[in-house]
Amino acid sequence: MQVTRRQFFKICAAGVGSSSLVALGFAPGEALAEVRAFKLARTTETRNTCPYCSVGCGVLIYSLGDKAKNAPGEIMHIEGDPDHPVNRGTLCPKGAGLLDFVHSPGRLTQPEYRAPGSKEWTPISWDDAFTRIAKLMKDDRDKNFIAKNDKGETVNRWVSTGMLAASASSNETGYLTQKIARSLGMLAFDNQARV
Amino acid sequence: MALQSLDIKARSATTTPSPHVRIEGAIPVAKLIDISKCIGCKACQVACMEWNDLRDEVGTNVGVYDNPRDLTDQSWTVMRFSEVEVEQGRLEWLIRKDGCMHCADPGCLKACPSPGAIVQYSNGIVDFHEENCIGCGYCITGCPFNIPRISKKDNKAYKCTLCSDRVGVGLEPACVKTCPTGAIVFGSKIDMIHHAEGRIADLKERGYSNAGLYDPQGVGGTHVMYVLQHGDKPELYANLPKDPSISPLVSLWKGITKPLMNFGIGLAVFAGFFHFVTVGPKLVPDEEADADDPPPPADPSRAYDPARPLSTRSDHE
Repeated sequence: MQVTRRQFFKICAAGVGSSSLVALGFAPGEALAEVRAFKLARTTETRNTCPYCSVGCGVLIYSLGDKAKNAPGEIMHIEGDPDHPVNRGTLCPKGAGLLDFVHSPGRLTQPEYRAPGSKEWTPISWDDAFTRIAKLMKDDRDKNFIAKNDKGETVNRWVSTGMLAASASSNETGYLTQKIARSLGMLAFDNQARV
Repeated sequence: MALQSLDIKARSATTTPSPHVRIEGAIPVAKLIDISKCIGCKACQVACMEWNDLRDEVGTNVGVYDNPRDLTDQSWTVMRFSEVEVEQGRLEWLIRKDGCMHCADPGCLKACPSPGAIVQYSNGIVDFHEENCIGCGYCITGCPFNIPRISKKDNKAYKCTLCSDRVGVGLEPACVKTCPTGAIVFGSKIDMIHHAEGRIADLKERGYSNAGLYDPQGVGGTHVMYVLQHGDKPELYANLPKDPSISPLVSLWKGITKPLMNFGIGLAVFAGFFHFVTVGPKLVPDEEADADDPPPPADPSRAYDPARPLSTRSDHE
């Protein structure tokens, strides 16, 4: 295509003119913007209890995916549980920020063991941890269990070990915790609820 | 329109009217903030950040309870703490949750020059669509409450959306849901005004004779309203404007200057065309006809000769 100098200037002028008109708002309308998509649409909702204080607010944990086999879940939002009688959907600033607590790099995610006198914490498996706890409890109970008092009455006391339970438990969890502790004969039994 | 969960009532820098057949049926929503119930726990700030995927920088303590110090592109709501001696010997701690008021007559939308960067939904929510934002900052000039903030990261304006994504599917905003004392409530605007009347009557019984609802008519009413213990003195609450209105600069620019300018542009185009038709194009001698002429002979004295020293060359004399 032969373009003379004059024609070249004309093409340039036409191009600048039409693009200016577009910039001035004479362009065909683009698609209207939408509100941000609702991010919880098909997430999995899981009920739980806030781990912080003794109020024990109910929370709803939203995780990615629908629990399909090939899609491991990942917690992406946490808010108050409106059906929970304690908080009815509300959360304090600590509870409202639970998401970052869950994903915190400093969060302990596995049992760790520090041998007596050692400065080092070493990760151990849950099985090892439970086995060790059970073994120590049994050893202590076998050694110190009081079946009868001085008068010969059956008391079934185990006073050399105590249990400190969490407060963020439901009624049912609390009931079971109580049953387990008392069935072992444990008397020193307290709760974090006074925090 | 079919893509949207909320109908658009007004759109920035757009003259074609939005479809408004269904607007009559939309329920105007409102958030009511009862300052007399607020304990300043900032759960709303946390819930806002969590829901909207924002994380502001960790700041430093400067000796006041406000944290962060001011609204930012990452903090769309902040609690403003004011210690006020309302009368001699009577100190009150007034805590106002600051953030977008969602004006019925939004100054930001009026001032915005970018089509579709600010929209108002038929339920009253004023929303920023950052993908259309050009970062000019006119919304800040237009806002009577000094709310929008330009991000240093992407130079776009951000503010509270009243959780339009939650409201669009029938939920309450994140701050409302989390509020432990029930100081923030959300519902239809009529219900919220009714709720406020009950609170104001209660406050008046308790000796706050000037308690009142903050729903300023200078901006057409707002979709975020306050119950104030001292309704006659909103400026006590961290300088909440008593009678806010859109800056006259906005109406001057959008009302007179811009149409005038558009007319001027049209006039210039028309004048150019008229001149072309009546006078015709400007004729200049055809430069290309001269292209065949041989170039003028070079002046031998000006030619570069490395054998001659510079000082003897004529062009240096």
